[in-house]
Amino acid sequence: MIEQTVFSILLAASLGLFFWLAWRRIVLIGAGRPENRFDRPLTRLRAMLGDAICQQRVAQRPFGINHMVIFWSFLVLALANGEFIIQGISPGFNLGLLLPPPLRNVLLLAFDTASLLCLGAVIVAAGRRLLVRPAALDSDYVSGRSMEAFVILGAIGLLMLASLGLHGCEIALGRESAATWMPVSSVVAGSFSGLSSTLLATLAGMFWWLHALVLLAFLCFLPASKHMHVLTAIPNCFFRSLEKPNTQPREEFTPDRSFGVAQVGDFSWKDILDSFSCTECGRCQDACPARATGKPLNPRQVIHAIKTNLLANGDSLKYGVKPTVPLIGDDSEATIGEEAIWSCTTCGACLSACPVCIEQMPKIVALRRSLVQMKSCFPEELLGFFENMESRANPWGIAPSERTKWCSSLEARPFVAGETEYLLFVGCAGSFDSRSKQVTLALARILDRAGVSWGILGRDEKCCGDSLRRLGNEFVFDRLATENTALLRERGVTKVITQCPHCFTVLKNDYRHYGLELEVVHHSELIRDLIAGGRLALDRTVDDLGVTVFHDSCYLGRHNDVYDAPRQVLAGATGTEPKELARNRQNGFCCGAGGGRMWMEEQSGTRINLERVNEALAAAPDTICVSCPYCLTMFEDGLKDTGTSRVRVKDLAEVVAAGLSGGAA
Amino acid sequence: MLVVSCIKQVPDTTQVQIDPVTNTLVRDGIPFIVNPYDTHALEESLRLRDRYRFRTVALSMGPPNAEATLRRALCQGVDEAILLSDRAFGGADTLATSTVLAAAIRRLHQQEEVGIVFCGKQTIDGDTAQVGPGIAVRLGFSQLTLVDRIEHVDLMRRRIRVRRKLEGRYEIVEASLPAMITVVRELNRPRYPTVHQRLAAAAATVQVWSNEVLGLDPSTIGLKGSPTWVSRIFSPEREKGEMIGNGLADPAGAARMLLERLVAKDLLTV
Repeated sequence: MIEQTVFSILLAASLGLFFWLAWRRIVLIGAGRPENRFDRPLTRLRAMLGDAICQQRVAQRPFGINHMVIFWSFLVLALANGEFIIQGISPGFNLGLLLPPPLRNVLLLAFDTASLLCLGAVIVAAGRRLLVRPAALDSDYVSGRSMEAFVILGAIGLLMLASLGLHGCEIALGRESAATWMPVSSVVAGSFSGLSSTLLATLAGMFWWLHALVLLAFLCFLPASKHMHVLTAIPNCFFRSLEKPNTQPREEFTPDRSFGVAQVGDFSWKDILDSFSCTECGRCQDACPARATGKPLNPRQVIHAIKTNLLANGDSLKYGVKPTVPLIGDDSEATIGEEAIWSCTTCGACLSACPVCIEQMPKIVALRRSLVQMKSCFPEELLGFFENMESRANPWGIAPSERTKWCSSLEARPFVAGETEYLLFVGCAGSFDSRSKQVTLALARILDRAGVSWGILGRDEKCCGDSLRRLGNEFVFDRLATENTALLRERGVTKVITQCPHCFTVLKNDYRHYGLELEVVHHSELIRDLIAGGRLALDRTVDDLGVTVFHDSCYLGRHNDVYDAPRQVLAGATGTEPKELARNRQNGFCCGAGGGRMWMEEQSGTRINLERVNEALAAAPDTICVSCPYCLTMFEDGLKDTGTSRVRVKDLAEVVAAGLSGGAA
Repeated sequence: MLVVSCIKQVPDTTQVQIDPVTNTLVRDGIPFIVNPYDTHALEESLRLRDRYRFRTVALSMGPPNAEATLRRALCQGVDEAILLSDRAFGGADTLATSTVLAAAIRRLHQQEEVGIVFCGKQTIDGDTAQVGPGIAVRLGFSQLTLVDRIEHVDLMRRRIRVRRKLEGRYEIVEASLPAMITVVRELNRPRYPTVHQRLAAAAATVQVWSNEVLGLDPSTIGLKGSPTWVSRIFSPEREKGEMIGNGLADPAGAARMLLERLVAKDLLTV
């Protein structure tokens, strides 16, 4: 009776502390800006079941299987712990009172095996941290071998040991009627043979209390630690962004607002939930091209800094006072450095790597928005870029009248609604960059050969605004997007071909924020369909490119899930499948030019394009195939820097055009 | 103290073509920009304002649509923008233009002392570099041209020391205030407006002063007050280039031929 009373008091105190600690953090989530993440609940539920409950994202990396074992054991044992707690208050209770015996037996078997599996997985996890020491687990402020990590693993391990020990004693004492359904506990019971029943009863009592105390202590520790993810990760997967690419929403430009995120309270509640969902697994850190090349950016640290900053400023946020610890400033545990913010290529590798759907990259864009729009604070190279975009609507500031020079050898063909099927949105690179102009010409040849009806906007075409938006200059992007969408509507454009994944994604996804739904195809998809539909037949197999490799563009692949079309086109044109780079498809590694990095100097660390070029060279290719003008530039520059003049870089349109007779590709 | 910057709306000359028949600039559909040198003049006025808490005024003479140029100046953060616009000002050469601008500055000076007038060293459409000096002469201000650095402003002694960027050398010049300064691009990097500045500028009013306000003798302004006019604009004939060798088939050979030709013409020394 005394034991039940003591346990009940401890339980009440622990639950009180648990709820108080958890509440303090949940209140902070509520301090974030509103954002609607409740739309399409069924889609969300399905995604949550897949990613959180079925652990699909976790299991994307081999070691994730170990987490899956712990997670599933945790779910199964939640029931056992429920039974345990009720028994602690009312000893006569057991699940057998609620369930028919066969079901209870199955449950007992499940509890028993889950305990063993979980114990094993926890030991493997601790061993990994102690012996394998993966670099991804360490960041500037969190060590892979932190006390916190071992307390968590140790607590789980102790819970399993205590539970198995308790059941072993009970079986040895003959108190458990369904011992045959508890094989692991039975083995433990066997090792207790020879002990007196008094000693066994004492041992059972000790195991029971060990289990009870660790359980209650763990409950209190949970909301104050990174283990908080057991509460937040599943809802975080539910509230994930359903949009692709994952962008910050539009801003409304009125004088009474602030723009972007300057302090932690400017983030949305989902951003804050993200920060409480991070378990410091380090996968984003491992995937980030900026981090891999020695830049000061680590997406994991961005999330960690948001959490730390939030906790440091918690009270000021609750009372609406200006936060005391700045969010943007010198690199520190609670602060994000400006150079880190500008190092992001928005490649989305962090988004794709995160097992709990944390959105790292869009937060960086939100931080850029405040730097650009509130403080006019950005790397100086961008001043010219921004001014060129504003005055001439292209990154180089070239006169708009030059936009049609690429097609001086073709007959000019403006897009006319009703007469022309597709608008070819040439893009700035395709219009002005001498190398990319060759790609545009190759594409034009392909389209003509296949009898596709296409036209251009000519001088009226303006930059899509991709770099502006990723760089956080939302105001100028907004103006450009408003003009562009109005023009596309006025001209009656419904179907668009792009050769640039950045134009592709902006026209397809970003302009939907402006109420314009277009049918946009990237040239890789269109060419694939033209070949498959029999409208385009190559005159010869392009077999003179040697060994080909294909590099995924982030904005075509990761942001828009187009992985197969370019590979199918290349395989069809060359007769052989292109070789894969070590990091490919959703794990592809950025060329270094996305997110407006194309227009900036790369001052810290090594060059991202060199890292990728060297990875490509490891596959010993003769031709590197790309599907994006930025990648084309970055690879050609990188090859020059490595002094590899033997290897060529080709856009897939050039590869296909080389298989058409007549005219130079 | 007031710091005035004079700015001009010019056609984006990289996009301007000359009508071969009439020998005039084809301006249809050509966007207007702020004369690039003037953006540096404006920026320097703002820097002095930030440092010494002067008040800044941007002035522009032009047709009503030149308001856009002044709005850009308001975006950058200038305190007041005044457009000098009147049919009577139209067709002005550099003399008549500086007469109007000087009159406007004199009028400002009556309300608050004008310490410095900044102008771009020249405009990219006219390329005369005469308006700034014209203003200085008409106002009796010190005249400092081609300035690439403000070395020192001594408000007590009412002196200013600047560096002039000349061909192959610099000149440090000291002068008394008030002064008219024309600036080169190296002087500064113009700031990029914040969104709040842009929104405020969109809501701000640009004052318009006509000749009724300035009260100048009509024979001294506009076309009537202009002793010079442009009689003809033309592009000089350019010699046609020639293809040297075959760069596609034999790039090394073509490069060698090009090198020899350049050396022969004494454009390169080996």
